[in-house]
Amino acid sequence: MKKKRYFSRTVIFLICAFFAVIFLMPTVLTISNSFMTQSELNANYGVIFASGQQGGTSYISEKVNLKFIPDKVSFDQYKTVLFMSPDYLLKFWNSVILVVPIVIFQVAIASIAAYSFTRWRGKARAFIFFFYVILMLMPYQVTLVPNYLVSEWLGLLDTRWAIILPGIFAPFSVFLLTKFMRRIPYSLIEAAKIDGAGEWSVFAKVCMPQCRAALYSIAILVFIDYWNMVEQPLVLLPDAEKQPLSVYLSTINSGEVGLAFAIATIYMVPTLLLFLHGEEYLVEGIATQGSVKG
Amino acid sequence: MKIPALRKERKQLSVSPERLREHRRVKRMDFLNSMCFMAPSFLGVLIFFILPFLVVVYYSVIRSPMNREFVFLDNFTALLQNSAFLTAAKNTLLFSAMAVPLAVVLALGLALLLEARIPLKSQFRTFFLSPMMVPVASIVLVWQVLFNNNGVINDLLGLVGTDKIDWIKSDYGQLVVLTLFLWKNLGYNMILFMSALANIPKELLEVADVEGASETYKFFAIKLRYLSPTVLFVTILSLINSFKVFREVFLLTGGYPYGNLYMLQHFMNNTFLSLDYQKLSAAAVIMAIAMVVIIAVLFKVEDWFGKDVEG
Repeated sequence: MKKKRYFSRTVIFLICAFFAVIFLMPTVLTISNSFMTQSELNANYGVIFASGQQGGTSYISEKVNLKFIPDKVSFDQYKTVLFMSPDYLLKFWNSVILVVPIVIFQVAIASIAAYSFTRWRGKARAFIFFFYVILMLMPYQVTLVPNYLVSEWLGLLDTRWAIILPGIFAPFSVFLLTKFMRRIPYSLIEAAKIDGAGEWSVFAKVCMPQCRAALYSIAILVFIDYWNMVEQPLVLLPDAEKQPLSVYLSTINSGEVGLAFAIATIYMVPTLLLFLHGEEYLVEGIATQGSVKG
Repeated sequence: MKIPALRKERKQLSVSPERLREHRRVKRMDFLNSMCFMAPSFLGVLIFFILPFLVVVYYSVIRSPMNREFVFLDNFTALLQNSAFLTAAKNTLLFSAMAVPLAVVLALGLALLLEARIPLKSQFRTFFLSPMMVPVASIVLVWQVLFNNNGVINDLLGLVGTDKIDWIKSDYGQLVVLTLFLWKNLGYNMILFMSALANIPKELLEVADVEGASETYKFFAIKLRYLSPTVLFVTILSLINSFKVFREVFLLTGGYPYGNLYMLQHFMNNTFLSLDYQKLSAAAVIMAIAMVVIIAVLFKVEDWFGKDVEG
């Protein structure tokens, strides 16, 4: 009996390990390849990204060569990105000033709205909530035209506000937070009210502390989503000077592969830090929530 | 209006006019409060999403922005005869119908596997989550290395002696995107299931063990019931993400991809670029209607399943 259990555990472990390797592979590939020289990358991937090499001297193998360990660790790509041209850092900064306000204000406004959806429930509010869910599900291309029209009317087109404002009011985090808040025992809120607490202090002192994990994990999700945005800036912020690094990164695909890997690795760092800081939150945060309607 | 205490009060003292006035005042304050909390988000959504969408609806029933003649459903009938739209709609439907159930079932499977007492459990969890961090553009690079005509997958197939397949430019295109979608989203879905599993009352499972219930019985009779809200939640998230994968598809293939990778989003993007607002608005309205139907069905399903377990 015991032997059998060990056997099945080993099998499960091997299955998990197999999946783990597959899941980890692209991440590791991105990071390790960022330490290769462009000529080594050309040798490895020349068949695929044929436009990458300068001159005819570099050796291109017939086959693609998937390598995880560089022949010679080189920081050339990073030097180019960080010191040679201010362009990349500028675009990185563009990403930061677009995404940080979106994350902060979206979560802040969403938590107020979520409280309202939790505390007061009537037919009208249920209807509005349904509307939020529908809006949340719309692919970006559906909201593209509305977004464009509004930005045009308000004169926001080609300014950062054209991205930030719709981002702040996106209904995604309202939905997630509402679902979480509805799990908070109602008696807690009631008890605070009986003690004479006003609506604001119930919200700030009873509700918010309960949601800390959820807030953090939603912030991470929103951050990841906007940190990688590509479509919105292309339409609403055509000025390349103001576009985030994610847009730029997506245009250098075939040209300088090495640079792309290095930039991608640098671009991963903020997300990685958020993850390391809050993985536990991410796990317990949204996870504990129940039904879709709440 | 969820203050039961107040309601009771009103029953007992319904005669006293002061109490009634007081009660009205409290109620009015309550209403004002509720409005205050709702307002910031709702106004923003109204301005940036709802009102513009109404304009889109208006655009979908007029001849053109210049000639604002009311044509009712003409744009819609034209759209439904447009072969590009029909292909796109079919492809999107096919992809979501494959991707969403797989994302739910496989994630649940992984979560159940990780329930076993194995070493490195939390590391595995982190590994499965790691795809969330990788920037879209870098994912696209890696997928090109894997699935290009001269890519790694074809090399591996070559070892077995199979012919090369130009994955992205073949009928298998959706398969490539499907692997990308699953790779990216399974981890988070799995996390959601794991904590839902952790929240199942332990006593219930212990009783089942004592009674000698089999693993399969325990799964279907106990676990699945408690998981049903999470299943629906994950379904909705996966549906959203199955639309978002367009970003990767677009970067992989550009605006006019081969056959079955031509999604509704491609169609909309292209009509937007060619300034064909009528077609675009009609497509947007049709898509919105489809969403309303899907969500309404999901909510109804939840009403069925969710009733017997609390939470």
